[in-house]
Amino acid sequence: MEALFLLIPLSVLIIAAATWLFLRMADQGQFEDLESPGHQIIADDDRPQAGPDLNRQ
Amino acid sequence: MSPPGLASAVGTRALERLDASLGMQAKPATLACHHCGLPVSEPGRWTVSVEGRERETCCAGCQAVAAAITDSGLQDYYRARDLPAAPQSEPHDSSGRSALYDDPDVAARFVRTEAGLCETTLLVDGLRCGACSWLLEQALARAPGIVECSVNLASERTNLRWDPAQVRLSELIDTAGRFGFTLQPFDASQRETQLRESARTRLRRLFVAGIGMMQVMMYAFPAYIAAEGDIEPVYASLMRWASFFLTLPVVLYSASPIFRGAWLEWRRRSPGMDTPVAIGIGAAFAASVWATVNAHGEVWFDTVTMFVFLLLGARHLEWLARLRASRAIDALAAATPQSVLKVIDGAPPQTIAAARLQPGERFLVGTGEAVAVDAALSRSAGTFDVSLLTGESRPVNYAAGDRIPGGAINLGAPAEFTSLARQGDSTLSTITRLASRAAAARPPLLTFTETVARGFTIGLLVLAALVWLIWHQIDPAAAWPIAIAVLVVSCPCALSLATPAALAAASATALGRGMIATRGDALEAIAQSTDVVFDKTGTLTRGEPTVTGVALLGALDRAACLDMAAALEASSTHPLGRAIVAAARAEGRSHAVAASLSTVPGEGVEGLINGRSYRLGQARFAMSEAARALQAASCDPPEAADHDSLYSEVWLSQDGLPLARITLADTLRDEAPGVIAALRAAGLAVHLVSGDRGKVVHALADRLGIASRHPEASPANKLVFVQALQAQGRRVLAVGDGINDAPLLAGANVSIAMGCASTLARTSASVALLGNRLDDVTALRSLALRTRRITSQNLGWALAYNIVAIPAAAFGWIAPWVAALGMSASSILVAGNALRLLEYRRRSTRLSSEAG
Repeated sequence: MEALFLLIPLSVLIIAAATWLFLRMADQGQFEDLESPGHQIIADDDRPQAGPDLNRQ
Repeated sequence: MSPPGLASAVGTRALERLDASLGMQAKPATLACHHCGLPVSEPGRWTVSVEGRERETCCAGCQAVAAAITDSGLQDYYRARDLPAAPQSEPHDSSGRSALYDDPDVAARFVRTEAGLCETTLLVDGLRCGACSWLLEQALARAPGIVECSVNLASERTNLRWDPAQVRLSELIDTAGRFGFTLQPFDASQRETQLRESARTRLRRLFVAGIGMMQVMMYAFPAYIAAEGDIEPVYASLMRWASFFLTLPVVLYSASPIFRGAWLEWRRRSPGMDTPVAIGIGAAFAASVWATVNAHGEVWFDTVTMFVFLLLGARHLEWLARLRASRAIDALAAATPQSVLKVIDGAPPQTIAAARLQPGERFLVGTGEAVAVDAALSRSAGTFDVSLLTGESRPVNYAAGDRIPGGAINLGAPAEFTSLARQGDSTLSTITRLASRAAAARPPLLTFTETVARGFTIGLLVLAALVWLIWHQIDPAAAWPIAIAVLVVSCPCALSLATPAALAAASATALGRGMIATRGDALEAIAQSTDVVFDKTGTLTRGEPTVTGVALLGALDRAACLDMAAALEASSTHPLGRAIVAAARAEGRSHAVAASLSTVPGEGVEGLINGRSYRLGQARFAMSEAARALQAASCDPPEAADHDSLYSEVWLSQDGLPLARITLADTLRDEAPGVIAALRAAGLAVHLVSGDRGKVVHALADRLGIASRHPEASPANKLVFVQALQAQGRRVLAVGDGINDAPLLAGANVSIAMGCASTLARTSASVALLGNRLDDVTALRSLALRTRRITSQNLGWALAYNIVAIPAAAFGWIAPWVAALGMSASSILVAGNALRLLEYRRRSTRLSSEAG
């Protein structure tokens, strides 16, 4: 049971760390657009770029 | 032409069957545009080859965009998207306005330059789903000189960084245009930064409260399940202290807006929703701290954190609704005039970018147009509508030399101004004022709910104090938790939170569909209206008449007559005036210049050309009594050739003697019969008033089945008609367009101005429809009815909930944590119900594509 004297303060510290991490992520604007980044990574175009030249002609 | 058309029509049917069998189309009966999903009316006319297959599109605009997409190898877009694209009305015109944005003076307003690279944030129109943002990013990223390009779907903005040596901004805007997206600069402003800052702060508070709640629950859990004395006091105390440390930031940081709100309410001596909540949180927290320090008594840390978290969650929902409303306002403000007609001595006026106008330079503003910058009236006095700026709804008179604020609308004759400030100083103030006016507008419904909420709160505080006193006599230990439960369980949220949220959500939805409520009570009034009064021109008809005939009555020939008429109408925003100017331009005549122009609303326009007085307008206005009698005898009515055409005519006269009768045709909107039928089916009385001739009006009214029709009505007559209806206790909804209708729109209980409305009508109406669709009127009405229904549901729920919950709490049947849960659940229920009004654009797109 004495372990609680260590574990409970530790849990408070972990929560503090998680909160700090979240606040940093929020400051970087990571939560502002939750939809388009998902599309970006799936629809990334890794074929040879033939398109733009066609467009130029 | 016909054989290939036939061949592809056959191929089309095969494709259609294939698509239908694959379940790709909602309605297999009609063929949907491959690009935007609207029905294809002319199969085979606009086809495009996508991945080797011929696809149908509905118009040249969609065809051009689809071709641009496939030519660039971006056809993956069609596979990835989950919604059809925005419809294109016409192919992108790359020669157009975007070159304006290359002007360094214009660009200075919204482009930042850093280390040789330019950066800007632009509003994007046409984003529908994630695939659209991908498409736009890809399209722009392929342009040379682009360093960085990101598209934010949620805020409908794009951030661009480019090398000005390699590419111009206009080229980027045109590239986006070819792919069907409109990019619009807006003043990258503090407002945006503030909004983003506010969004972040809210998210942080919510997170801190959420994580605090979860962990405090864990510490509280043993105490709930353990029997008395099972936990050694030292461990119980440890848990309490840990809970205390986690609750502290929740109360001090996350709940700070609640305490600030309560403090403001106290200073205003008008207790609202925050007061009981703040007292409840404060009392529960203080009592818990006391118990923790003294190691004696009960703690409610879990209740406090849960309450704060759920309450912030409910308010976050409400805030989202407001955010969408203000975002739409930004887009609207971006459409303020960008060019002015600059006066140059000894040369014709020249159109230049408004941002290039220097203080001290002179420019012209026509009737019904907005003054682009803060300016002084050069010569004559004038009347202005400054409602956009000050909320003053009556026209304001200014003398020559007075300072006119940018954004004021010229109600009088075209006038000359001397600019006093650069445009950058005027536009931003318009944006912020418009936004704050919309936000600050207090509809009667809100005033009512606030009064009720205030009484409710005061009663509640008194009740809580009484309950504490009584329980103190019965059982001192139970007095605190019961009083806290009473404070916490009560929910004025349907009044203080859900009603504003419902109204904001409804106006955001309206804005998303191009319907702008300029007054807070507009939706309420629309829901209550019993009569609808329509104007004809531009409302039931397309409002884009063309000149179909010029009957010569005097010495001048056709071209000269049109030239004179065009000179008189040069600065007109009335559709008939524009049609005459367009016809004169088509005749290729050089412009005569008219001086001392004055407009008589509903009658016509007069002015001096080469020293002689000319009039253009209604017969009774243009011609003297005698000339009119003479004409009446000889004049033959215009033959009704085309069934679909509706004729108007205006007379041109010189010194009271007729020169010509100009005939203009206007066509009925396709959706008009449906809208009228729907309104009548809903039990509304429909009226038609028009300044036009009886024959035209009767023909139109017969076709639409409107019995109550009032032709040849002057603006004053229209107003009298509306007032007569109101005197019978009817509530009148007026639908109109243009300067002629301003008194009608202002006099009705609630008014709707149609798209292509001049700027004047846009601000004098309760609701302005930017889209040029008459069926928006019925859409708006059903939105108004839905808003009313949801508001009453919320109020009904709040009444039932409070009647049950408050007495239960007062009798001590509800523990504080149950009270907190019940109150929060009720808040989220009503806020969520209100948010049902927030129709996301994707849904309205689907609806309109299905309906169309």
